[in-house]
Amino acid sequence: MTDEGNRVAVEAWLRAALEDAERRGLPELKPLLEGLAQATITLRAADWNDTVPHAPRPADQ
Amino acid sequence: MTMLDCAITDLAARLSSRGISSVEMTDACLTQIARNNGRLNAFITILADQARADARRADEEIASGHYRGPLHGVPLSLKDLIDLAGVPTTAASRVLEHHVADADAPITARLRTAGAVFLGKCNLHEFAFGTTSEDSAFGPVRNPWDPTRSAGGSSGGSAAAVVTGMGYASIGTDTGGSIRIPAAVCGCVGLKPTSGELPCEGIIPLSRTLDHVGPLTRTVADAWLLFHVMTGIPNPPLLPVRRPAPSLRIGLLRPYFMDVLSDDVREQFELELERLAMAGVTVVERAVPHASDIAAVYLHLQLPEASAYHAPVLQTRPEDYTPPVRLRLEMGRYVLAEDYSRAQVGAEVLRREVDAALDGLDGLVLPTVPITAQPIGSTGLTIGDRSYPVRALMLRLTQLFDITGHPAISVPCGRSRDNLPVGLQLVGRHGRTEDLLTLAATCEDVIGQRG
Repeated sequence: MTDEGNRVAVEAWLRAALEDAERRGLPELKPLLEGLAQATITLRAADWNDTVPHAPRPADQ
Repeated sequence: MTMLDCAITDLAARLSSRGISSVEMTDACLTQIARNNGRLNAFITILADQARADARRADEEIASGHYRGPLHGVPLSLKDLIDLAGVPTTAASRVLEHHVADADAPITARLRTAGAVFLGKCNLHEFAFGTTSEDSAFGPVRNPWDPTRSAGGSSGGSAAAVVTGMGYASIGTDTGGSIRIPAAVCGCVGLKPTSGELPCEGIIPLSRTLDHVGPLTRTVADAWLLFHVMTGIPNPPLLPVRRPAPSLRIGLLRPYFMDVLSDDVREQFELELERLAMAGVTVVERAVPHASDIAAVYLHLQLPEASAYHAPVLQTRPEDYTPPVRLRLEMGRYVLAEDYSRAQVGAEVLRREVDAALDGLDGLVLPTVPITAQPIGSTGLTIGDRSYPVRALMLRLTQLFDITGHPAISVPCGRSRDNLPVGLQLVGRHGRTEDLLTLAATCEDVIGQRG
């Protein structure tokens, strides 16, 4: 996935996580989840994700 | 030098020849605990009567010719995450109120076989999930050099105990730096052995793939002794064989690892590195190409593993955790399995890169912690023109070696202008913890600092 695609996917995950935390009465999780989202973007952008053998690429699908 | 200033290896011969007794050593440590624990809050459980009884037994055994080895009769402590039969293991949490260990952890049993005397269980960051030892159901551990500051964590009580004579050593755990960080900011030696070398059974886990157990001591020679006893050798040779400094080659990890340091840590570390070079140690520069991904990999491994262990209690009694620890555990429940899997691949990449950085060298060198002990309650710090969370800074230079499993040790490296300890970290080859200790002993001799 492209960096932009990753960012969009993580933003969607973050929205869902924040809604869930709010619903569970844990609004204090917001800054922590936002920090985690930044770390997730970094993790997904790492170049080793591109070198995993036989990993499907968007163009293959 | 008083008995309390000595290392175990300084006293072992006198103990075996009955020049001093275990009862004397134990009483001296218990006096120090009575004097200091109210101020530092290093112990959760103090086993005064049991320790005195064990010390008397050790003296009787030694007198009757049954000397077990250099740890026989030596008083020490355990982080209160490690099981000691018949004694509470609290993990510094209300979650485990009334929990009593029914058996020794294997590590504890090996120490007991070697004749160690257990003084008590040390305070920590709740469930080892933090780097300051502030979030504890028993109150924060305070730094012996300045009680308004944190002792580091999560093995903060262990480090505070070792540097104030409340025991000759303590056993801690290290998942992101929890032995080396408090050792550095309190001013003692802290060893994280190679991953898997010492058993973690009977120790409450934080993160099963990252957890390590190891000793906090006053000297590298004592860390050598404790490490060997914990591998199951009750009577190991006393001192590591020092290698001459000019025969040593070490790699300074510079990009990322030297980028964010407080001025006084940088100054002190560079001073001691220069001292090593002057003694003849060859210092070359090395890099870990994916260093900027370390924190992301760490978070995506550590958080979900911690949350998995705590899920049942989070579901039923979340209010029993301290609020900061509860929130971090809750955060882990949002990590996706696909990201946990990506982090596992990242860990393997980092492992290969640390192996490559070590190629042709005896070890790697870097500061242990980028900052000195922080005031209790502080959450952020500005270095240069950027502000950083204290937690991220504390973990920045240690967590890599929990991810990769390489052995790493923090040795005292002088003091800052505020008279706060600074730590120097050495990293060895996978499975070569003994070689790392030998390297560290030489560096300790050159630097001339003890805990």
